[in-house]
Amino acid sequence: MKVMIPTPLRSYTGDCSVVEAHGTTLAEVLADLERRYPGIRFRMIDEQDAIRRHMRIWVNRDEVRVLNVPLAASDEVIIIQALSGG
Amino acid sequence: MKLKRDPSPATPKPSTGAVALLIATRKGGFILKSDSARRSWRVAGPVFFGQVVHHMVIDHRPSAARTLLAATSTGHLGPTLCRSIDLGKTWKEATKPPAFPRVPDGQKGRTVGHTFWLTPGHVSEPGVWYAGTSPQGLFRSEDDGDTWGPVAGFNDHPMYGQWTGGEQDGTPDGPKLHSINVDPRDPKHLYVAMSSGGVFESIDRGANWAPLNAGVLADFRPDKYPEFGQDPHCVRLHPLAPDVLYQQNHCGIYRLERSGGRWVRIGQAMPKKVGDIGFPIVLHPRNPAIVWVFPMDGTTVWPRTSPGGKPAAYISRNAGRSWHRQDAGLPRSQGWFTVKRQAMSVDSHEPVGVYFGTTGGEVWASRNSGAKWACIARHLPEIYAVEVMEFAR
Repeated sequence: MKVMIPTPLRSYTGDCSVVEAHGTTLAEVLADLERRYPGIRFRMIDEQDAIRRHMRIWVNRDEVRVLNVPLAASDEVIIIQALSGG
Repeated sequence: MKLKRDPSPATPKPSTGAVALLIATRKGGFILKSDSARRSWRVAGPVFFGQVVHHMVIDHRPSAARTLLAATSTGHLGPTLCRSIDLGKTWKEATKPPAFPRVPDGQKGRTVGHTFWLTPGHVSEPGVWYAGTSPQGLFRSEDDGDTWGPVAGFNDHPMYGQWTGGEQDGTPDGPKLHSINVDPRDPKHLYVAMSSGGVFESIDRGANWAPLNAGVLADFRPDKYPEFGQDPHCVRLHPLAPDVLYQQNHCGIYRLERSGGRWVRIGQAMPKKVGDIGFPIVLHPRNPAIVWVFPMDGTTVWPRTSPGGKPAAYISRNAGRSWHRQDAGLPRSQGWFTVKRQAMSVDSHEPVGVYFGTTGGEVWASRNSGAKWACIARHLPEIYAVEVMEFAR
């Protein structure tokens, strides 16, 4: 499925804004992303498997807050950085 | 704790040649490189542009590869750690940065906010590094900083909760574990400090720990001299006199001789108008009696700027019995410097070069042990740390 990558994480994807990843849950897709782009997962997900404070993950038009969300191959995962501060 | 050690190492020869400064800032890392006389300086960078760089450190151990580590984070992404094996030309992210263990579902686990402090391990253990994090955690790498594991003896100590206090007990951007010192005579003998929490010691490579705070004031508590709970800002062990530690604390400047068992407030000898509050403390590389501090205003609401707007370093050449002001070349007035705990450093030349960076983005250098200062970089982002990298010995 397609995964949209925000600019702060594109150093991991060779500047690609859209990448492919596979899995039947969000957790599996993130694991596949980590396999393809080592290091990217920990920047988004902390060691307790929580989505980090300023990360937002959407599946199609629904925001998700946990990783065990089932996904279909036709779904689109959109990762967004909620930027703030100075 | 009972201490039994090999003799202290021999005094090293002074370094010669060019020096580089590893500047960690809130918006990236910079490297300032001098000419061989340490007169002119050139800025390179930024690296990790836009990321918070908490600490950049080179492994100076003769037994080790000259690896550089940088602890980075951003305001939004999780923390990480990067390595360079070519003196900063290229960097690669660590495969497994410091992280607390995953806890079972339903329990509240700790998460590393950022790695704050990096220290190479003992000379007999090339490849070993230690990292201190926020919130307080101690981590160890045995593969030159590529993968990191928790030092469970500290992080899971039954007293951890009491030693570290709550989040409200830490510094404004998170409580920190810092000032990791390794006894040069014994790789199993470690010291760490926490803001807040105090100084702690292990003699078994981190399996067990004990507080080491006797004699240190905590004026923000009802019990003024507790066993732990103090706020050390920076603690240094002298490699040639490893039974002597110096400490710049929230409540003064201290020195500890292990045979004496209690910290002694050597900051009492500072001028009363200046006081003995500050963040950094640095030691002469060959003379354990020589020490520098950079005082700040710790009165009323704690401005943390140079007292009276007149910045100065202070040097003691007699282990803190007396102090001398060093302000030649620094602003005579309206200089409201803040120098953070990792932002002062020394080289190993003769005379010793002393360096500090300010939160206003200036780097100041003295190539004569603080007798005269020159600004060698300005307009950088807020400086968090200044570490020396030397090329020849």
